[in-house]
Amino acid sequence: MPLDKPYLDVPGTTIFDADQSRKGYWLNQFCMSLMKPENRERFKKDERAYLDEWAMTEEQKQAVLARDLNRCIQLGGNIYFLAKIGATDGKSFQQMAGSMTGMSEEEYRNMMIGGGRDPRWGRS
Amino acid sequence: MARITASVFTSHVPAIGAALDLGKTAEPYWQPLFAGYEKSKQWIRDNPPDVVFLVFNDHATAFSLDMIPTFAIGCAAEFPVADEGWGPRPVPKVTGHPELAAHIAQSVIQQDFDLTLVNKMDVDHGLTVPLSLMYGQPAAWPCPVIPFHTNVVQYPVPSGRRCLALGQAIRRAVESFDQDLKVQIWGTGGMSHQLQGPRAGLINKEFDNAFLDRLIADPKAQAAVPHIDYVREAGSEGIELVMWLIARGAMGDLAGGPPPRLAHRFYHVPASNTAVGHLILEEQT
Repeated sequence: MPLDKPYLDVPGTTIFDADQSRKGYWLNQFCMSLMKPENRERFKKDERAYLDEWAMTEEQKQAVLARDLNRCIQLGGNIYFLAKIGATDGKSFQQMAGSMTGMSEEEYRNMMIGGGRDPRWGRS
Repeated sequence: MARITASVFTSHVPAIGAALDLGKTAEPYWQPLFAGYEKSKQWIRDNPPDVVFLVFNDHATAFSLDMIPTFAIGCAAEFPVADEGWGPRPVPKVTGHPELAAHIAQSVIQQDFDLTLVNKMDVDHGLTVPLSLMYGQPAAWPCPVIPFHTNVVQYPVPSGRRCLALGQAIRRAVESFDQDLKVQIWGTGGMSHQLQGPRAGLINKEFDNAFLDRLIADPKAQAAVPHIDYVREAGSEGIELVMWLIARGAMGDLAGGPPPRLAHRFYHVPASNTAVGHLILEEQT
């Protein structure tokens, strides 16, 4: 019997379920490691070398290096884990979320001040 | 006998903590939000609990993908403030209530809810931001706190119906503890919340306010709302709202008593990427 996954057609959204979690295990565990200041320093000093210590796929490593959060999420990342990369970079959560929308930082901030994204966005 | 005296519901957006810690509360962006909690700070001075039972979700802080408990109760004597990637928040450490926590764990598991017992846990903004909103910036938190984690990060997450029933079980557990304690139960997180993907920044004021209306007046109907409705209407992280149903389930009307009294209601957009919602419900005696 197929599992109940009614969320696959929500526009612009990837739900972090048990399948995504399995795909993103090492990517997300790498993110968790950035909660220690010494690991943040090591990552900042040589990102590639630090990433190579983790059993992530090359695609996942490239997505992290490019700070392409949408790609990271497709590859199993979860936003609460990925937020540790943004924190290491000194970015606010708003800057991180905005970076996934294709809007400039200012456009995104203004949209939020104006009441946020219309809930009908992307619906057919 | 211990008793539930009130429930408090609030968002726990990390940027709110940052605004407090960096002294930005009077800035035009933040002022309307903090103004909405002025009444709450007075209310809690007038109605101080002996213990706060605080329902929140860990945000990839204490629980990595190594282990993801659906429900976890903090039984430790102390909970350090977590480093979420930018250093720990400059707030007091959280003192637990191991005796009451162990009692609740025993009782709730015997009522068929599978809790994970946690004896070592750093607590993140999900727990500390609500304390800051209600208590401001004291040198020490005024009472012990029992942290109660609910998984809303990795789907599937527990249903609204199960969360409401869990709240009812927690109330029975509290009432069977033989010390005379006033316990408040807080449900935190939520309101319109889409933090990821091209749809980030979704805000649905109608959905949020209908949720608040029903949480107050008809929690059983709200508990029957399926997850997918939260996801479609309030964003992928809007599912955090199910945690409010745990706190609501602990109120006396669901155990045959009178309906709670609404002491305060507040709603504001935006805080960073999300809406902010807040309620205080008091038990009628």
